[in-house]
Amino acid sequence: MYVMNEEYIKDKIEKGINCTSVNVTGDGTHFEAIIISSEFDGKNTLERHKMVYSVLQEEMKEAIHALSMKTLTIEESKN
Amino acid sequence: MNNITEEIKKTISENKIVLYMKGTPESPQCGFSAKVVQILNDIGTIFISYDVLADPELRSGIKEFSNWPTIPQLYVNGEFVGGCDICIELYEKGELANILDN
Repeated sequence: MYVMNEEYIKDKIEKGINCTSVNVTGDGTHFEAIIISSEFDGKNTLERHKMVYSVLQEEMKEAIHALSMKTLTIEESKN
Repeated sequence: MNNITEEIKKTISENKIVLYMKGTPESPQCGFSAKVVQILNDIGTIFISYDVLADPELRSGIKEFSNWPTIPQLYVNGEFVGGCDICIELYEKGELANILDN
């Protein structure tokens, strides 16, 4: 099985969600993503995380063991 | 509706706080599960837990049920609250205690 990497995840998030910025770091199985998007407006954290998980549905089954996220609106990213 | 979904529905309706985790509160088998147990203990929460490592059908069934791909998963009053990240966020904002209390 290929090793999952940051670029792949970043690319998939950018394709699935209209974001102003995506930053992904990780060690091959555990990843952290910081995502800023106006699509998060009016959504609580659970809904935001579900949006990201739905874009990475297949990868979350095996390749990605853990993905912790900071999901911010443009406004929230300023403070 | 297969029986695992029925079982989950029954469990979360009959128990106020349910944690689906890897391992047990006394010996968690993953850092994320351990973190949620520690937070619940800090708040002094009475909860029941299920070890998904001991039940592969539950392990996949719970992910399908909540449409959430990872473990641990915390349920309060029959509702899915979140995984480790969200529990930490709620805890740090001081919101978790009142979610658990009402």
